[in-house]
Formats: sequence, structure tokens, C-alpha cells
Amino acid sequence: MDIDLITQILFATIKTGTPLLFIALGEVICEKSGVLNLGQEGMMLMGAVVGFMCALATGNLGFAIFASMAMGAAMSLIFGFLVLHLGANQVATGLALTIFGTGLSAFIGSGVVGQTLQGFQPIIIPVLSDIPVIGKILFTHDLLVYLSFIIAAVLAFVANKTRLGLTLRAVGENPHAANAIGIKVLRVRYLAIMFGGAMAGLAGAYMSLSYTPMWVENMTSGRGWIALALVVFASWRIGNIMLGAYLFGLASIMHLVLQGMGWTISPNLLAMLPYIATVVVMVIISADQFKEKLLAPRSLGKPFDPRQMA
Amino acid sequence: MIQVQARTDSSTLMQFASPILAILLTLIFGSILFVALDKDPLQALHVLLIMPLSDAYNVGEMLVKMGPLLLCAVGLSLCYRANLWNIGAEGQLLAGALGGSAVGLMFVDSDSSLALPITLVAGILSGMFWAALPTYLKIKFNSNLILTTIMFNYIGLYLLVWAVHGPLRDPDGFGFPESAMFSDATLLPTLVESGRAHWGVIAAILSGIVAWLIMSRTHLGFQIRVFGSDAPAAKYAGFSSNKITWFVMLFAGALAGLAGVSEVIGPIGQLVPVVSPGYGYAAIIVAYLGRLHPIGAIAASIFLAVLYMGGDLAQIEMSIPTAVVGMFQGILLFFLLACDFFIRYRIVLSKDANA
Repeated sequence: MDIDLITQILFATIKTGTPLLFIALGEVICEKSGVLNLGQEGMMLMGAVVGFMCALATGNLGFAIFASMAMGAAMSLIFGFLVLHLGANQVATGLALTIFGTGLSAFIGSGVVGQTLQGFQPIIIPVLSDIPVIGKILFTHDLLVYLSFIIAAVLAFVANKTRLGLTLRAVGENPHAANAIGIKVLRVRYLAIMFGGAMAGLAGAYMSLSYTPMWVENMTSGRGWIALALVVFASWRIGNIMLGAYLFGLASIMHLVLQGMGWTISPNLLAMLPYIATVVVMVIISADQFKEKLLAPRSLGKPFDPRQMA
Repeated sequence: MIQVQARTDSSTLMQFASPILAILLTLIFGSILFVALDKDPLQALHVLLIMPLSDAYNVGEMLVKMGPLLLCAVGLSLCYRANLWNIGAEGQLLAGALGGSAVGLMFVDSDSSLALPITLVAGILSGMFWAALPTYLKIKFNSNLILTTIMFNYIGLYLLVWAVHGPLRDPDGFGFPESAMFSDATLLPTLVESGRAHWGVIAAILSGIVAWLIMSRTHLGFQIRVFGSDAPAAKYAGFSSNKITWFVMLFAGALAGLAGVSEVIGPIGQLVPVVSPGYGYAAIIVAYLGRLHPIGAIAASIFLAVLYMGGDLAQIEMSIPTAVVGMFQGILLFFLLACDFFIRYRIVLSKDANA
């Protein structure tokens, strides 16, 4: 393989890894607060369809992004209310959110299937993009990709170096202790859930406004689920999530790589690769039981009910 | 003022009332949504809920949808009872359809009386195999069952699509991604001569009864229940966690596999790229609505099947996309989970503001 092909592959890796990075960043914050939201796929689909329809109607991509994020956050509020106030099972509620989002997005988007629009265009960053190889791979993307770099960096800082990050971890590790020292556990969890929803909405907007500027039913094809596996893979560390998202991105575009090497395999078999990769990664990570137990937020998935305190 | 009180015992009444309440709330919410989208809500509800039961043909078609929903839901109910989050019924159903078709197509030119039973067994074994993979990974490597079963749903889907475009495509099919039609010897007999409802529906109801007997009358069922409600106690009693896991997962896989193969050798008659409109996912809702009880699942599967049938009719009658069914399913599960709050809590009105 020549250097041009490798550059192209790595460029595409970043593009393909970006939606996974967005959702996984949102989900990791949510999980750090002790809440497991399996509704990512549904919120992402709603973000994608709402963003696309807003962009069609207004022609304003910035407004479309905002609408997608607001939609994701609004949907996460349904989940938050059921889980935090009504003590509903987190797994079942997350599944309900995905089933609901999948159906509703297909319903409201049925009129705009097949329409096209001018999505986000690449912004070539001067000077930086002139760096040989690296410049092409990292600095010739569109706005949303740069935004994902920035959000990842900010979150890594906030989660690891600030008081806010400490509060978040306290709530996820031991909500009773956090409550005892005066932290509003439910409020922190609501905010974490909403952040996760907004990021899933953003990931959806990236899909329908940048990655493939269009709307097709179920166009996220399981990325929300893959991102959930990604969080486990990254052992709940934000730095690892970035690496993981691009590794999964690479797995998704392996067909390009294989074609470049002159292989011809059925596209339907190649389409399985990211899902198989996810299973393999899950197995490798989980086999070390001790490590997973050590790293996962201790109260993950467990309800916290202030009514039963006292 | 209004107060929320934890009940000392969970409410049996609400166990039964909650699904009914959830259905009513879903219908109200759905009507509001139809108004918001400029569709006549009364007409929509009529098409969605009444028309599927209005004549013999529609009832037959409703039963066609009830079969796979119920088969998958009975298996899932047992899994969830044991606290095993199997989300893989869809993939297991597709595996059953694929494996069953691969074997059934060997009998294309045959009228052997063995064609049907062998094809059915192949479908069942394929579903079991597809359930066995994530189960093995969970037991051996402790991998997350939710995520692996979902991944196997996607892998199964692409495998089926590949097979339909490749090795199982009808060589005389003008290049369409479809298998050859199954021979009459392979097809499931229908219940009545004119309709498409087939013996899979009877098998589904029988599976519900068998699962109920296992759960209520056998030591194995007792172990499953103890495992789901108190895993440490089950371990203390010496119950084998691996044995329970294998049993419920393989049972669920077998039923989902049977659902899949019954679709292709039943109403569809050949292997096509789209075997299921998401029966495996909808079965999760059926299982919940049926209170994780195999008999409850029978009632719940009728409701969901009516909704599926209604969705098809809504597309024809009112040009409402069939996706509306998925939306209703999600709302229904939301309301069900919300209403279950009242199983554990009660709302009390107290006059004393200081209480």
C-alpha cells in the first residue's frame, strides 16, 4: 500500500469514528454518574432526523445541530424521569427509548427520505494542514470533527482535574455517601443523562448532516450499541474512548482497506466486521473480570432513591 | 398534600392493572400525537385496533403475526425471570430462518414426508446455536450479554442478507435476492384452507403452556425464579448458575429459531432479505406486558399482533408509515414501566400539611 492510500484510510477512520466518539463521550459521563442508558441508538436516530429536517426547512446548519442536541436531551429526560423518579429498571427503560426513537424517527422522517442537502463542508486549517501526512489526516475535516476533538479534550480535563468531575465520580461510586455530604445526587444524574442525550443527538446530526447528508430509516445501523461497548472497552476513561472510537472506525471501513489490497469479498460479509470486532473486543476486555469490576462505576445500573434514605 | 409512600408489600392488583392502564395511556397519548400530525385520531385508532379484528381474513393475518411474537416472548420471559438480559431474539429468529431455509431448500424437488420435520429441526437448532454463542461468551469470558446478543442480531442479519444474495439465491430467479420457493412437502400446513395462519400459532400457544408448566411445576422453574429474585440465595442453595443460564438461553433460542423457520416455510414461502419486521425486539415488550408470565405473554402477543396488523392497514388506508407501530411499542413500554411504580409505591392524600 502506498502512502496516499494509507492517508486516505486514516482520514476515513477519523470521519467514521467521530459519531462513535460523540455518543461514547456522552454515555461515559452518564455512566460515571451511575446511570446506564441503553437508549443511545434511539436518541441518535431522533437527532439525525430532526437535524436533517431542520436543515432542510431553515437551511441553517447551526440551528439544525442545536435542534438535534435539544431533541436528544429532551428524549433523555423521559428516560431520566422513569429511572430517577419512578425507579424503573434502567435496562428496560433504555430499550424502550431505543424502540420509541427508532419508530418515531422513521415516522416523522418518512416524508424526507431521499431528499438531499448541502451538509457540512471541509474546513482546511491553514498551516496545520500543510504538515506532511498528519496534516491531511487530522486537519482537512469539517467543523463537527474538530468539535469532537475539542469536546473530548474539555471532558478529559473536567472529569479528571476539576471539582465537577470529582462530584460526578462520587455520585457514581457511592451515591449514599455523596448524598450525605450534601451533593444532590438526582440533580447530578439528571444533568449527566441530559448531557448523554445531547451528545447522542449531536452524533445523529453528524450522521445526517456530514457523514452522509441525507435521512434513511435506521441509518445509524447500531452505532449507538457499538458506542456502549466502546465505553466498556475504554474502561470508562475518556482518553481511551478517543482511541477506541477510531479503532472501531477503522474496523467499519476495513472493506476499503481490503479493496485497496485487492481483495474481493461480499459487501454483506464485510458489513459484519464492526459487529464482530465489537464482540471480540468485549470478550477480551471482560475476560479479565477483576479489571472490569475495578474500573466500572460502582453504582452503575443501581437505582438511588432518596425516599428510602432516612 | 400529595405524598408518595413505599408499600410494605408489592401490590398484586397493580401487577395486573398496570398493563391495562399502560395500554389506555398509550392510546390517549397516541391520539394526541395523531392530532398533532393532522391525522384523524378516531379513524387512526379504528384502523389500528378494530379493523385487524373485523373480518376472518384480517384475524388470520393477525394470527400470522402473533405466532413469532409469542414464540420469542415466551423464551424471553424465562430469560428475564432469571435476570438474563437476552436482547437477541431477533438474531435467533433470523438464524432459524436462515438455517431452516438452507436445509429446506435441499428438498425443493422432493415430496418426502421427512422434509418438513427436518427443516423445522434445522431451524430450531440454528436458533439454539445463535443463542449458544453469546451464552458461551458470557459464561466463559463474563462478556456483557446485552451487548453481545445485540451484536449477534446484526451479524445474523448481514449473514442472512449475504446468503440470500449468494449461496441460497434462486438460480432461476432472474437475479432477485430471493431463494427458490419451498416445495409443498416443506411448507407448514395452514389452519384453514384460505388463510395464511399456520400451525406455528398453535406451537406458540403450546410453548407458552409448556413454559408455564416448567416455571410453576418443576424444580428447574423454581431454580430460575430464585435465581432471578435473589442470585446469592440461589448460589447458597447450591443451584448452578451456568446450568440455569444455558437452559433459559437455549430454550429462548429454540423458540425464536422455530419462529424464524415457521415464517419462511409458512406465510412467506421462500427466504427473502426481510424476514421479520422486528418481531424479536417487539417480543421484549410482549414479555414485559405479559408480566414475564408465559400465559400473560399469550394475551400480550395478541395486542401487539393487532397493532402490527393495524400498522399494515394504516399504511394502506391512511398512508401512515408502518413505523408508527414501533413508536406505539416504545410508548407502551414507557407507560408500562411508569405504571409499575404503583406496584411498589402508593400515592396518599394527607390533610396535615406538616406530615
